[in-house]
Amino acid sequence: MNGTPQPYGLLAEVTHQCPLHCVYCSNPLALLDRQDELATDDWVRVIREAAELGVVQVHFSGGEPLVRGDLETLVAECRGLGLYTNLITSGLGLTPGRADSLVSAGLNSAQLSIQGDAAESTNLVAASKRFDKKEDAARIIRESGLPLNMNVVLHRMNLSRLDAIIDVCVQWGAERLELANTQYYGWALRNRDLLMPSKAQLDEAVGVYERRKAELAERMELLWILPDYYEPYPKPCMGGWAQTALTVAPDGVVYPCPVAAEITTMEFSSVRDHDLEWIWQKSAAFEAFRGTKWMPDPCRSCSRKELDFGGCRCQAFALTGDPGRTDPVCMHSPDHHLVQDALVRANQEDAAADGDTIREKLLYRRPRTSARER
Amino acid sequence: MDNSDLTATPRLATKAMLKHDRVRDVELLLLPERVVLLNKSGAAILGLCDGSRTVRQLVDQLERDFEATDLVNDVMMFLQDAHGRGWVVT
Repeated sequence: MNGTPQPYGLLAEVTHQCPLHCVYCSNPLALLDRQDELATDDWVRVIREAAELGVVQVHFSGGEPLVRGDLETLVAECRGLGLYTNLITSGLGLTPGRADSLVSAGLNSAQLSIQGDAAESTNLVAASKRFDKKEDAARIIRESGLPLNMNVVLHRMNLSRLDAIIDVCVQWGAERLELANTQYYGWALRNRDLLMPSKAQLDEAVGVYERRKAELAERMELLWILPDYYEPYPKPCMGGWAQTALTVAPDGVVYPCPVAAEITTMEFSSVRDHDLEWIWQKSAAFEAFRGTKWMPDPCRSCSRKELDFGGCRCQAFALTGDPGRTDPVCMHSPDHHLVQDALVRANQEDAAADGDTIREKLLYRRPRTSARER
Repeated sequence: MDNSDLTATPRLATKAMLKHDRVRDVELLLLPERVVLLNKSGAAILGLCDGSRTVRQLVDQLERDFEATDLVNDVMMFLQDAHGRGWVVT
């Protein structure tokens, strides 16, 4: 094992099925069908192999993980192995009975997403009318004895509502709230011009965040996930490629991060063909960008290369078509104009549009087949 | 938790879980989105935070286990910090 890092976290994307259609969903554009999904036994094996590899936390996500009726079995497997489990959910489909059975199986925590502070936001962003279900889910999570963590993705259409969004989370009893500025991959990249906030909007929101963070210090933990397009340097994505965590997609393909399926020029292996240890330690895709040897300039000679690891490989691919280039977010990247152009558009006077126009322009996350049927 | 309160009965927060990591041979505190690497004394203190003993009893236990004396200040300081971080509740 000399030299090869050991992962702490497994993101188990057990399904791509989801009742929501979020315009910034991080799932790939080509969503997988139920028939492609790993069976319960496969997942049990994946969890065992992950524990052997050093994983201590398993995050069940999707899609909506509650769609899978075998979630309790998987959570119980984790508990048996002493792994910490976290449910990342839209809240839709969470009943008191389901919450109790998950807690009995050993679930340690839950993270509930909202799209904004009111029903309109869920309707506009997720094409769902079930904001009421989210409030129910928050109550069900708390009553089941689990700590309530919440998250909201921030963008042009809801940043001005930040105060009200935080109020909702306080009211619902959240212990922790992740304010995740949109990261532009997959569906979000397709909708980038409609999601990208202006600098003025963002500055105002940062002010709100800082004020509320201080106010709520004893009550709720607030986290601000940086809007990387507005940063001078890229994010240290995943703590570096294949360093601390891995993602297993619904079909068993293993990725170093949740959005790496977008890198269509790379071949990723499946747990159907290889064990997790081989994929993590030996597969070409995981070795490709480990460490700093792969780096081109300007990263290679940069003093920050151990700080941000060249930024995000998926973003480099999404914007330049080459996952081996410096993340274009970096001010030193030769491709930085690609990011700058998007920001220029977001800060033009006429960038704003009214609700109806936006709705027509937004591309909602849907399986391809049903999009064709429509 | 008050500085002088030796009668409090701290217990690990519901969201937190202690784990001996066999793969790395280290003690970990697991939280919803975080993994904290504990040193030996931190792990020993948190391991006794099960709501069944007072801080005084917890200190006595540690002094026996580690064959040490005068641990009270160190333990109190650690517990205050852990309480502030939401790892333990009283």
